[in-house]
Amino acid sequence: MVALVHAAFSLRQIRWKDVFLTAEKMGVNALSIIAVINFLIGLVLAYQSAIPLQKYGGQLFIADLLVLSIFRELGPLMTAIMVNGRTSSAFAAELGTMKVNEEIDALNTMGLDPVRFLVVPRVIASIFMVPILTVFGNLFGLIGGGVVMLSLGFPIVTYVNEMVSAATYIDLLVGLFKSLFFAIIIAGVGCFEGLRTKTGAAAVGESTTSAVVSGIILVIVLDGIFGVVFFYIGI
Amino acid sequence: MGADKKPIIQVINFTAAYGDNVIVNNISFEVYRGEIFVILGGSGCGKSTVLKHMIGLYEPAGGEILIEGEDIAKAQGEDRIMILKKIGVAYQSGALFGSMTVLENVRLPLEEYTDLSPEAMDLISMMKLKLVGLKGSENKMPSELSGGMQKRAALARAMALDPQILFLDEPSAGLDPITSAELDQLILRLAKSLNITFVVVTHELPSIYTIADRVIMLDKRIKGIVATGKPQELRDHSPNPWVRQFFNRETESDAIS
Repeated sequence: MVALVHAAFSLRQIRWKDVFLTAEKMGVNALSIIAVINFLIGLVLAYQSAIPLQKYGGQLFIADLLVLSIFRELGPLMTAIMVNGRTSSAFAAELGTMKVNEEIDALNTMGLDPVRFLVVPRVIASIFMVPILTVFGNLFGLIGGGVVMLSLGFPIVTYVNEMVSAATYIDLLVGLFKSLFFAIIIAGVGCFEGLRTKTGAAAVGESTTSAVVSGIILVIVLDGIFGVVFFYIGI
Repeated sequence: MGADKKPIIQVINFTAAYGDNVIVNNISFEVYRGEIFVILGGSGCGKSTVLKHMIGLYEPAGGEILIEGEDIAKAQGEDRIMILKKIGVAYQSGALFGSMTVLENVRLPLEEYTDLSPEAMDLISMMKLKLVGLKGSENKMPSELSGGMQKRAALARAMALDPQILFLDEPSAGLDPITSAELDQLILRLAKSLNITFVVVTHELPSIYTIADRVIMLDKRIKGIVATGKPQELRDHSPNPWVRQFFNRETESDAIS
């Protein structure tokens, strides 16, 4: 944590090449899975809500439900969980293998701090990429809902107008704000579980498992805390 | 041999322990400038543990380890980096960074600690690789190299900043006899031409006879040093039968009969 704060003040020392490489691996390459998952979530959510809302003739309000739940909750949360499963595990496995292979020791004896060298670039990449992925996740979730709305006979323009009137920028920003913290948890937990790896191949497996499990738990607990806090401060 | 009698490393009343499990208890020895110093002993006697303390990875449970008079375990920040720049370490597994090419591995310490131009860094890295006979492999990834080449690349990386002391952890473990002998010659050549002090952990007897100026031998039964001296002398004249067995590669029953 100290190293992370320190890094914020010494931009020159950050290994930007590693940041971009990690950003590509965890961001660009994750786009398809994020798109598919969020598209399906949007689709399923719209169909499920179509049945009860139909009883009251309020199918148009699917748009309100979708945009609010996706912007505020499902977009950031599903994206974070996917990235956690995909990337946190990869970080833990990579750093864990480096630990087992004495590469972390090698960094130490070169006088290079593993946290500055390995953790900081990954956390920075994560802070950049998770919110961007969340924006894409949101978009694909809404497209998924749009397919359902089309099939129910609503024109796209009606769907979009209804969403625009239901949501504000605050709703979008609340989700993105949360995703910043999810990003830190995902990368941080993955890296530190990796660095804590003991010796042997089995230890790498344990670190990976524990990175994914604690990552998901922390993300969801934090999301719960944010939910309560936002409720009381009224945003 | 070129070793003058000035200690470059002093290990004083040093105790290593993992928790309550004491590995070596209260040992002292000195390594002189320019010599090839070998730490040897049976499996599990704490050879690697002693080495890992000497390079500052762990803090001693007791005593101190001085490199040119400075305590590596207690140094912090810039002081620690100054000490670490004096040493290079080649790990048992090579410990090359798998995501970088061989050249990038050797360049890394230069990138971090010097303000040289990229061309100069490449030039120095290439020189180091040539020194260990890896010219032509600089753009390969570590996974594409054989075990022996990985160890030599690790040696090149350890030498990147021209350290005064090189620590080698089991340099010839897992290598075929020819590659192993080549590595011994490389170590001898480097020690002679660059006057580097070597601290080597190994239990490969042929290698010990070839390279070692002086050895210390650890024994897990007494958790300490059982013998110090030149390997040939210990083999022939050690008062301790276990030491003679070790150097003559005999089992305990051979020695009794």
